[in-house]
Amino acid sequence: MANVVVVTSGKGGVGKTTSTASLGAALAKTGQNVCVVDFDVGLRNLDLMLGAERRVVYDLINVIQGNAKLAQALIRDKRLDTLSLLPASQTRDKDALTEKGVARVMKQLREKFDWIICDSPAGIERGAILAMRHADTAVIVTNPEISSVRDSDRIIGMLDSKTERAESGGDIEKHLLIARYDASRIARAEMLGVDDVLDILSVPLLGIVPESEEVLRASNLGAPVTLSNPVCAAARAYQDAARRLTGEAVAMSVPRDRRNLFGKLFGGKAA
Amino acid sequence: MVSVAHSRSPFRFHGRSFMAFVLAPDLPFDDWLIELDAQLKRSPGFFTGRPVVLDLARLNLAKPDVAGLMAQLQARGVRIIAVEGVETSWLGPGLAPLPGGSRPAGVIDLAERKAAEQPAEPEPDKPASLLLDQPVRSGQSVVFADGDLTILGHVASGAEVVAGGSIHIYGTLRGRAIAGSAGNPGARIFCSSLEAELLAIDGLYRTIDEIDDHLRGQPVQAWLEGNALVLAARP
Ligand SMILES: Nc1ncnc2c1ncn2[C@@H]1O[C@H](COP(=O)(O)OP(=O)(O)OP(=O)(O)O)[C@@H](O)[C@H]1O
Ligand SMILES: [Mg+2]
Repeated sequence: MANVVVVTSGKGGVGKTTSTASLGAALAKTGQNVCVVDFDVGLRNLDLMLGAERRVVYDLINVIQGNAKLAQALIRDKRLDTLSLLPASQTRDKDALTEKGVARVMKQLREKFDWIICDSPAGIERGAILAMRHADTAVIVTNPEISSVRDSDRIIGMLDSKTERAESGGDIEKHLLIARYDASRIARAEMLGVDDVLDILSVPLLGIVPESEEVLRASNLGAPVTLSNPVCAAARAYQDAARRLTGEAVAMSVPRDRRNLFGKLFGGKAA
Repeated sequence: MVSVAHSRSPFRFHGRSFMAFVLAPDLPFDDWLIELDAQLKRSPGFFTGRPVVLDLARLNLAKPDVAGLMAQLQARGVRIIAVEGVETSWLGPGLAPLPGGSRPAGVIDLAERKAAEQPAEPEPDKPASLLLDQPVRSGQSVVFADGDLTILGHVASGAEVVAGGSIHIYGTLRGRAIAGSAGNPGARIFCSSLEAELLAIDGLYRTIDEIDDHLRGQPVQAWLEGNALVLAARP
């Protein structure tokens, strides 16, 4: 049965689009059929991260308004034929997304794919709510800092009240993905630790993605890091997270701060 | 909204969860002030430690009128934290704009407001306590006017729980807890770990800045002793 996942956060710039592309590619590599959907109308990014920006002809809004068939708008990845993209419109505004239209497209996508991963826009407005509306599962992306964590908390409240599942009395499955984890900054108490974040949000942890140059390099190459450099730490974190999404139990490791470890050996005085 | 001219006592205010009284003066001010003085004589210290919002939206006032009224209120020890319904440029420093973030979102508040306005029908078999087994998330406001509120999880920063009776929080309290909201000085607040933004019982409140450092992160109980909100660590 198809699984609709929303990747959401509340706060902007925390790594939703990066995570959508990386998790999508990691799942697709295992042979499952995956569609990533860009809900960030007017600020589309997912096409860039997948290197598909020149291949966009029709988009989600065209399909919703009946100007294109779903099959015409879907873009199949050149490297992985199990991965498809449904791009957002860059020229329209969010009002073009209608509740009914989104419901119809999601239903059609469920018939075609095993995984539908929706990249939510930032914020708590209409666009973010439409992106989460039909989800079975939510991946809440958080950076280990207080404003991001608080916004995530806010979004979790909305997942529990504004989604179809919640409204029909059910439960949406929630996972926390900590992104841009910087062990050295946490050691210097400039950022929250994993335990603090988990304590505040009380949602099970899907993975910890370290702050990584490789992620930036990958997005400049137009490839998710799980394709461009599958052995780097960030890619491995996304691959493990994808396996956990499918229900597999994979041991979790917290990225360590080497400098801090070194410092501890010398009396904890690392400056 | 409680307007002094229309209801002689008490000045208590419900309906906006931010713990402030709203005073809505009537013209002429002199008469209204006489009534206010009478109220203050009945219960001196009524306004001690309580923030007050002045609502002038219904009146068509000139700048000097506002200044004069503010001076009169200040002379009576009334702490005005915000003024509604006048141009912000008229107000001196030290007056906050109305804290919009404290308005709860959603239906719960409206329901409560309705209840406060029409307390007519008694509902004998209303439950006197409410149990929540979910954390209260940032931006959420849980209002239970009829009795005690028990929360098994955390109350997040930016969240708010309001009860007519006592509040019991088995998780960490990071947001606001407002007990005795319908005028119950016997209400108490308990939490397993205190990181609160604001605690209030029967209108008396403390913000995070007024909470002793050594109580942070501790299991804490709060109650009223006379006109003081007292906090103590629980064993
Ligand atoms: N693990 C990481 N290490 C380093 N940089 C990262 C990491 N994850 C994301 N970034 C960078 O952070 C920036 C924001 O990421 P991204 O666009 O995925 O966030 P977003 O949540 O989708 O943002 P928006 O809310 O604007 O849609 C990008 O420049 C991205 O390359
Ligand atoms: Mg994005």
